[in-house]
Amino acid sequence: MTTVTAGALIPVRVRARRPVPVMIAGGFLALVVVAAVCAPLIAPHAPDAVDLSASLAGTTSQHPLGTDASGQDLLSRVLYGARSSLLAPLALLALAALLGVTMGTVAAWRGGWVDTLLSRVTDVMYAFPGLLFVVLVIAVFGDGLTTSIFALGLAYAPTIARYTRSLALAERSKPYIDAYRVQGMSGTRICVRHLVPNLAGAIVGYLVVLFGEGLMSLATLSYLGFGAGSPSIDWGLMVQEGQDAVVQGALLPALVPGTAIAVVVVAFNIVGVRVSDRLGKGR
Amino acid sequence: MLLDIEDLTIELPAGAAARPMLAEVSLRVGRGEVVGLVGESGSGKSTTARAVLRMLPEGARASGSVRVDGEDVLAMDPARLRRHRSRTVSMIFQDPRSAMNPVRRIGDFLTDPLTRVLGLSRRDAVVKAAELLASVGLSDPERRMRQRPHELSGGMLQRVVIAAALSTDPDLLLADEATSALDATTQAEVLALLRSIQEERRRAGSGIGTLFITHDLPLAAAYCDRVYVMYAGRVVEQQPARGLFADPKHPYTRGLLECSPSLGDDREPRPIPGRPPSLSDALTGCPFLPRCARAEAECETWAPVAVPLGGDGDGSERYGFAACRRLELVSRSSA
Amino acid sequence: MIRGLPRRIAGLFATLLAASFIIFAAVYAAPGDPAVLLSGSRQELTPEKLAAVRAEHHLDEPLVVQYGRWLWDGLQGDLGRSFQYRDHVADLIGARLPTTLELVAYATVFFVVLGVGSGVLAALRRGWVDSAVVGGTTLAASVPAFVAAIALVSLFGVRLGWFPVTGQGEGLAGRLHHLTLPAFALALSALAVISRVTRQAMAEAYASDHVEAARASGQSERQIVVQHVLRNALGPIVTMCGLVMAGMLAGTVVVETAFGLSGIGSLLVSAITTHDFPVTQAVLLLMVIGYVVVTTLVDLVHPLIDPRVAPGGKPRSKPEGKTA
Repeated sequence: MTTVTAGALIPVRVRARRPVPVMIAGGFLALVVVAAVCAPLIAPHAPDAVDLSASLAGTTSQHPLGTDASGQDLLSRVLYGARSSLLAPLALLALAALLGVTMGTVAAWRGGWVDTLLSRVTDVMYAFPGLLFVVLVIAVFGDGLTTSIFALGLAYAPTIARYTRSLALAERSKPYIDAYRVQGMSGTRICVRHLVPNLAGAIVGYLVVLFGEGLMSLATLSYLGFGAGSPSIDWGLMVQEGQDAVVQGALLPALVPGTAIAVVVVAFNIVGVRVSDRLGKGR
Repeated sequence: MLLDIEDLTIELPAGAAARPMLAEVSLRVGRGEVVGLVGESGSGKSTTARAVLRMLPEGARASGSVRVDGEDVLAMDPARLRRHRSRTVSMIFQDPRSAMNPVRRIGDFLTDPLTRVLGLSRRDAVVKAAELLASVGLSDPERRMRQRPHELSGGMLQRVVIAAALSTDPDLLLADEATSALDATTQAEVLALLRSIQEERRRAGSGIGTLFITHDLPLAAAYCDRVYVMYAGRVVEQQPARGLFADPKHPYTRGLLECSPSLGDDREPRPIPGRPPSLSDALTGCPFLPRCARAEAECETWAPVAVPLGGDGDGSERYGFAACRRLELVSRSSA
Repeated sequence: MIRGLPRRIAGLFATLLAASFIIFAAVYAAPGDPAVLLSGSRQELTPEKLAAVRAEHHLDEPLVVQYGRWLWDGLQGDLGRSFQYRDHVADLIGARLPTTLELVAYATVFFVVLGVGSGVLAALRRGWVDSAVVGGTTLAASVPAFVAAIALVSLFGVRLGWFPVTGQGEGLAGRLHHLTLPAFALALSALAVISRVTRQAMAEAYASDHVEAARASGQSERQIVVQHVLRNALGPIVTMCGLVMAGMLAGTVVVETAFGLSGIGSLLVSAITTHDFPVTQAVLLLMVIGYVVVTTLVDLVHPLIDPRVAPGGKPRSKPEGKTA
C-alpha cells in the first residue's frame, strides 16, 4: 500500500481572521474609550501641569511614561489626548457619512445628471493624492481642528458616496423595493425608511475601517501644525511637540503619543475588517 | 496493460468527508483503446483521471496502485513524476479557455513542451508547433501562434490544447470532459479529430490509449470501445460499449440511459429519483440503494463487489462486470 | 491600446483642467477679500497695498480670464513670485525638486523590492511566514508616516547612530545614507499595500485552472511560479506600484517635514504656514499634475502587461491609504 500526499502547492485563500486578535483589539479599544472618558479620574497629574524641574524625566514612579520638555506628565497627556484624538475622527466620519450616503443614495436612485455629477466630483477629488485636497482647504480657510475635520469630511465623502451608490444600486433592484413602489410610496420615503436602513450595516462596517484612516489623517494634520493647535492636547500635536527632544536623546515625548496612535489604528483596522465582513455579509 | 488502476481508494483527511472520494476503483486502458468513464459530477471520474497524474486533493491519502506501463505512479519520485506528466500522459481539460494561461501566446503553449520535454531548439520548436497546429486543422498556424487565447474561439482553443497534448507523443491521453464545453457541431469536429488521431497512431504502430471522461453516457457508448460507469466514488459497471448500450446491467446505468432521450424512441425520459450522495454522506451497503427501485433490505448491508458478467465469470474486459447484488434479477427482467 | 488612447488623454486633460481650476479658484472660496489672502499677510493692509495686489493678480478681471492667464503663465514656467522668499516660484521649486524626486525614487526601490518580495514569500510559504507577513503589513499600514519617521530616527539615528538625523549628505553615498531613513518612512505604508496586493494577486493566479493544467503537463513548480503565477499577477502588481509611487508625491509633505529635508513637500508646509499662496498653488498644481500623469501612464501600460485588460476600459482606482 502506498500513501502519498499531494505535492502540489495549493492556492492561498484569504483566511477568515481568527476571532482572538479581533477580541483583543476590541477589548483594547473599549479600554481606550473608557480611559478617555474617565481621564480626569485616572490621570495621575493634570495634563497641563508644568514642572520645569522634571523636564524630560524618564520613567519614574511619579511619571510612569516620563515627561515632556516642560515637565508635563506624558501618561496624563496621552489619556486626555485620547479624547480629541477619538472624537475628532468621529465628527469627521459623521460629516462624511451624511454627505456621502446622501450623495450616493440620490445618485443610485435618480441616476442621470446626479450620477454623472457624482462621478465627476469623485474624479476631480481623486486627482488630489493623499491629503492634498485637505491641505488646499486649510491653505484657504486657515488651520485649526474644525477646518481639518471639515476638509477631511469633504475629502472622504466621495469615497463613501461611491460605496453607498454601488450598494444602493444592488439593493434598488430587489423585489421588495418594487413592492413599495407599487403601493405608491414616494421615492424619498422608500430611500429614507427602507433602502438606507438596509444598507446601514455595510456602511457602518465601512466607516469603522475608515475610522483608523481618519484618525491617522487628523493626527498627521495636527503633526504638520494644521490641525489641533496648542494648548489643546492631541496625540499628533504631542508628537510634534516632543520631536525636538528626540535629537537630545529623550525619546518618550514623541514615542509615547506616536505609539498610542499606531496601536489604536492597528486595533481599529483589525476590528474594522471583521466588522465589515460580518455586517457586509449577504450582499 | 498501458494503464492499470487497482483498488484505488482516495480518502480526505478525517473530518473533511464522511466517505472516501474513490473506493476500490479498478480500471484498465490498453494501447490503442478508447475507454469511456461515465458518471454524474461528484462521482469521482475526474478524481480518477487526476490520480493517474498523481494530482490528488490537498491532504488526501491514496491506497492501491496506479500503474502506467507497469510503473506505480503513486510511488514515483518528483523528477520521475514530472517526466511522467510531461511525456507519458497528456490531459485535455474541459474548458480550454481556463486551462490556457491568458497572458501567454498560443505559440508558447506549444513550443514550451517541445523545448522543455523534447529538447528541441527554439527554431525547430516553432516549425514543429506550426505543423502540429496544421495537423489539428487550424488554418494559418503562424498567425495563430502569435495570438493570445482570448482571440480564438473555444473550438479552436480545444484544437490547440489537443495539439499541445499530442506534441510530446504521449502513450495515454486523459480527456476530461474534453468536448462538454463546446457547442454540438464543434463537439462533433473535435471528436472526429480525436478519433482520426487515434486511428493514425494505431496505423503507425504506436497505439495511444485514451481515457474519455464524460457525463454523457450515450456519447461514451457511441465513441468508446469500453465504458466504465462510476457512482459515488465506485465503479458500478464496466462493459464493452455496444453491450452497455444494448443491455445495461446495473440499475444506475439503466437509469442513466433512460433519462437521456433518443431519436425514434417515444418513451418519456425518466429521471432517476433522488440525488447522488455527497462526500458528507456516509455510505453503508450499496451506495445506489436510496435511489434504486429494486432495492431490498439485504442491499443495506451488502458490500459492493464487482460481479462478472457472462463468459466464464473471470471478469475479463471482454464481458464486463457490474456491482449489483440483484444482478440476476436485473438481467432477467431486461432480457 | 490605440482605440483607448485619445479618450484617456482627453480624460487626463479634463481632470487636470478641473483640478487646476479648483486650485486657482480656491482663493475666491475664502471668506473676505481674495486680495488679503493673496497679499500673504493677515494684518490690516493699506488701500494702496491692496490696490497693488489687485493689479498684480488682475483681480478685477473675470474669473475665467484670470484663470486662463494664470494657467498660460504657469505653462510657460512663470508661476508668480513668492511673498516669503521674494523669489520666482519656479526657481524655488526647481531648487527643491531634486531632493523630493530622489526621496520618492529611493522609497520606490524600497517598497517594490520589499513589498513584492514579502508578498511573493507570503503566497509561496503558507503557515507562519504568511501569518508573519500579513501581521507585519497590518502593522505597517497602521503606522502614520510621521510616527514611523520619529520611531526610525529614535532607533537608528539616536539610539544606534547608524544613520544621520540632520543634513543632506555629500556625494551619492552620502545622500543615500541621509535619505535612507526618510525613504523607508515614506515607503512603509506603500510596502504594506504592495505586499498585500502581490499576495492576493498571486493567490488568485494560483487558483486558476491553467496552473493546474501546467502542473498536469509536468512543469516544475519553479516554472509554474515564474511563468504562470508571477507572470499573471504582474498586471495588478505593476499597476499598484505605479499608483502608489504617484501617491508618494503627496507623502513627501509629511516625511520631508519630519526629517527636515528641503524638498517641495516641506516647501508646501512652510508656504501654508506663512500664507505664501502663490507657492502653495504652484506646489499643489505640480503634485496633482505628477500624480494624474503617472496614474494615467500606469493605466495605459496595464493592457500591455496584461492582455486580459481592455485598454481604457477600467475605471481608475486609487491606492489605499489616504495619509499624506
